[in-house]
Amino acid sequence: MIGIDTIIQGVLLGGLYALFASGLSLIFGIMRLVNLAHGDLIVFAGYLILVGVSVFGLNPFLSALIAAPLMFGVGWVLQLAVLNRVLGHNILPPLLVTFGLSVILQNLLLETFSADSQRIPVGVLETASVDIGVTSLGLLPLLTFGSAIAVILILNWIFYRTALGRAFRAVSDDPTTASLMGIKPNRIFALATGLALVIVTIAALYLGMRANFDPTTGPARLLYAFEAVIIGGLGNLWGTLIGGMIIGVSQTVGAALNPEWQILAGHVAFLIVLLIRPRGLMPKQ
Amino acid sequence: MILQTQDLTASYGDFRALFGVNISLEPGQIVSIIGANGAGKTTLMRSISGVLQNAPEQVVFKGKPIGDLPASNIMQRGIAMVPEGRRLFPSLSVEENLLVGADRRKGSGPWNLHSVYALFPILSEFRSRPATALSGGQQQMIAIGRALMSNPEVLLFDEISLGLAPIVIREIYAAMPKILSQGTGAIIVEQDIAQAMRVASYVYCMIEGKVSLEGAPADLSRSVVHEAYFGAAA
Repeated sequence: MIGIDTIIQGVLLGGLYALFASGLSLIFGIMRLVNLAHGDLIVFAGYLILVGVSVFGLNPFLSALIAAPLMFGVGWVLQLAVLNRVLGHNILPPLLVTFGLSVILQNLLLETFSADSQRIPVGVLETASVDIGVTSLGLLPLLTFGSAIAVILILNWIFYRTALGRAFRAVSDDPTTASLMGIKPNRIFALATGLALVIVTIAALYLGMRANFDPTTGPARLLYAFEAVIIGGLGNLWGTLIGGMIIGVSQTVGAALNPEWQILAGHVAFLIVLLIRPRGLMPKQ
Repeated sequence: MILQTQDLTASYGDFRALFGVNISLEPGQIVSIIGANGAGKTTLMRSISGVLQNAPEQVVFKGKPIGDLPASNIMQRGIAMVPEGRRLFPSLSVEENLLVGADRRKGSGPWNLHSVYALFPILSEFRSRPATALSGGQQQMIAIGRALMSNPEVLLFDEISLGLAPIVIREIYAAMPKILSQGTGAIIVEQDIAQAMRVASYVYCMIEGKVSLEGAPADLSRSVVHEAYFGAAA
């Protein structure tokens, strides 16, 4: 039976997909780099948080707070040491490098943590809920959705209200002219990737608290992220949130009709949107 | 002398574009560079501004070799460029294009949003529009304002009047005394020989990557300049 709660669950799930997608969108928007390792970086961050929780006994949120700057450092170094070398007019080298990175990450995680699926234990939060009359909402999905909105608000503020945001957009438009403004494009790219991996950490926290993950979980998260970005229209973070919500609702409705249809329904919704609006729902002019 | 090039030999890969170019600029002086297409004027500007890198001592700014520094570093030392074709940032509004010029170097001097808007009042009217939605002349004003925002000691203008209507060119040259009123030096690359001779106190003419003629405008006759501009055959 499809009730209002099914729809709301889907909408809230969309927040998680928007979190997956925001980091991907940030990197693509600034340096036209499609990061095929994005999903695996989410899973990597998930394990990092898990180590904090299971080895050091930290609260998951505290563990994520510690993981976030570490992931920023990973992004910074990754960009300066590897990705900056392959950026250019040809889009193939970055694709190949991030694909390779994806394979390396998956195998590294498999070696370190085995193929067993894991979950970040959350205690009471897992079942806590808020009663809103018509239905009751899980506290965790609500937190996820709220975090997605907060991330988008903060990113938009950075982009359109700060000098860093001006530098992001200037470098994205024209790196050579940006360097004539005193901007170092490679540093800006490193900052952007670092920031994207902070968002990846937030996504990993909610993914890991919501569902099981293992070293091979990444590519499917990448796919949802891509779909959310493309449904929403490239370069529009609110569009990405809408995209995430469309996939989320399709999945929960699909699952309510028949549990086998859950994943398929999300992909079908994506294809339908592409058929009707090839440039996404809210394309940037 | 605030800026000079010493035997500058810039190359694009295996292609040598400049063959030992020596130019110099005094503080507050306007120097113009003339020459036909392909003479190496833009390469010279790209070398000074750091878009093209060379041996350190080939470009000297305030007594320090800067030829090997990246553009971002050279801008922060006080050389700002108004690039050929304006190169405004399409994702940024008029005001943001101006602001981005000062984000990495404020410098000390009179230039800020307020004084740039006073210089080109029309920009203030369109401040929140996308920069590339404005006319060519207005875009050139933004590009000049953007360079001024860092309060540079030297301004480089590459092909300042290329593609602009004569009336707009006059307007921009009319603003030049104000633009350079703080003792800012300028190197102006100009296609229009007469205009270049009028505005500058010293002129270099380039051909095939070399300086073919130089001197104060008053000392250069029309026929000598034409010969240097088009080559001996003309």
